[in-house]
Amino acid sequence: MALPLEKYLRVGKLPHIWCPGCGHGIVTQAIIRAIDESGIDAEKTVVVSGIGCSSRAPGYMNFDTLHTTHGRAIPFATGIKMANPELDVVVITGDGDAAAIGGNHLIHAARRNIGLTVICFNNNIYGMTSGQYSPLTPTGSYASTAPYGMIERPFDLCELVKGAGGSFVARSTAYHTRHLTNVIKDALKYDGFSFVDALSQCPTYFGRRNKLRTPLDMLNWMKDHAVPGASWDKMTPEEKEGKFPIGVLVNKPSKELTKVYDELLAKTAEGGRG
Amino acid sequence: MSDSPFEIAVNRKWCKKCGLCIAFCPKDVLESDGEGGPVVKAPSQCIGCLLCEMHCPDFAIIVRRRAEQ
Ligand SMILES: Cc1ncc(C[n+]2csc(CCOP(=O)(O)OP(=O)(O)O)c2C)c(N)n1
Ligand code: SF4
Ligand SMILES: [Mg+2]
Repeated sequence: MALPLEKYLRVGKLPHIWCPGCGHGIVTQAIIRAIDESGIDAEKTVVVSGIGCSSRAPGYMNFDTLHTTHGRAIPFATGIKMANPELDVVVITGDGDAAAIGGNHLIHAARRNIGLTVICFNNNIYGMTSGQYSPLTPTGSYASTAPYGMIERPFDLCELVKGAGGSFVARSTAYHTRHLTNVIKDALKYDGFSFVDALSQCPTYFGRRNKLRTPLDMLNWMKDHAVPGASWDKMTPEEKEGKFPIGVLVNKPSKELTKVYDELLAKTAEGGRG
Repeated sequence: MSDSPFEIAVNRKWCKKCGLCIAFCPKDVLESDGEGGPVVKAPSQCIGCLLCEMHCPDFAIIVRRRAEQ
């Protein structure tokens, strides 16, 4: 069945503001397709974002949506989930939004295991503000603030979230659209904090500066450097050089925070001390 | 050869002519309008893989089964 765009998109707001060939529309489509296929109740789904080109996505999505301040989508979403645990709360963020200004919120949400699905539109750059490097800009890549090439090391967002206690961590790309949709479905299903590193392309401020002249070149780069998680585990450090794993990388049960909190409330209501 | 059971609709108001749909079609169903936007050149060849639809950043190309209309 064709994706019912009119159901999930605010069609009156389209065409969107993104540049031609920007990956953010591809990832947004994967999210609405994942919501559609997983059959979750759109009426009980809230989409929250921070600031950035990526964070404009909820403006086009026909759900209850909240466009917050730079880096703070996760705190707003945490409040929504704590107040209304029955809601499915999806956070859309960028690599700058999630890993630079909002980095602390990201690790603490993972540590707490609050039931949010966080999807990072990771284009390795600050797109909206015209191409400053982000904590995800690969070493040696060019950015407006790295005219001689990035001298720092980037984060691996999946490893960061895993290290902070994240019990559902996945990665996919705008090239692997079917795979991306499936990992988002798994993330939505997960009962607890789930994180998806969704590689997206910014042809305007990353591609052009980094010898990836077209959006297609950028998608083909993703195809050539992504390795399915199962094969990744068997590779030597030399073979892994410059590549990255995709798939569901961590998925283990862990009690979700609002459930722990409800249990505490029940205990205290009985007169106990929790 | 019988016609494809699929039908492709392009929304030209939303399309930003990035050309990804044309590049991803494995059956050369689409060709460029000269500026990167798609023209449905060989509709009977469509196998309904959705690669054009899913790689469209603009929500501007939709593949439907004919019976679905
Ligand atoms: C408090 C604050 N600091 C800085 C900014 C400027 N600013 C807006 S978007 C952005 C970075 C966005 O990058 P990212 O999150 O990667 O999103 P993208 O545009 O790449 O999708 C910055 C620094 C801001 N809006 N608010
Ligand atoms: S600046 Fe980059 S991230 Fe922003 S809309 Fe353009 S291509 Fe997309
Ligand atoms: Mg970015």
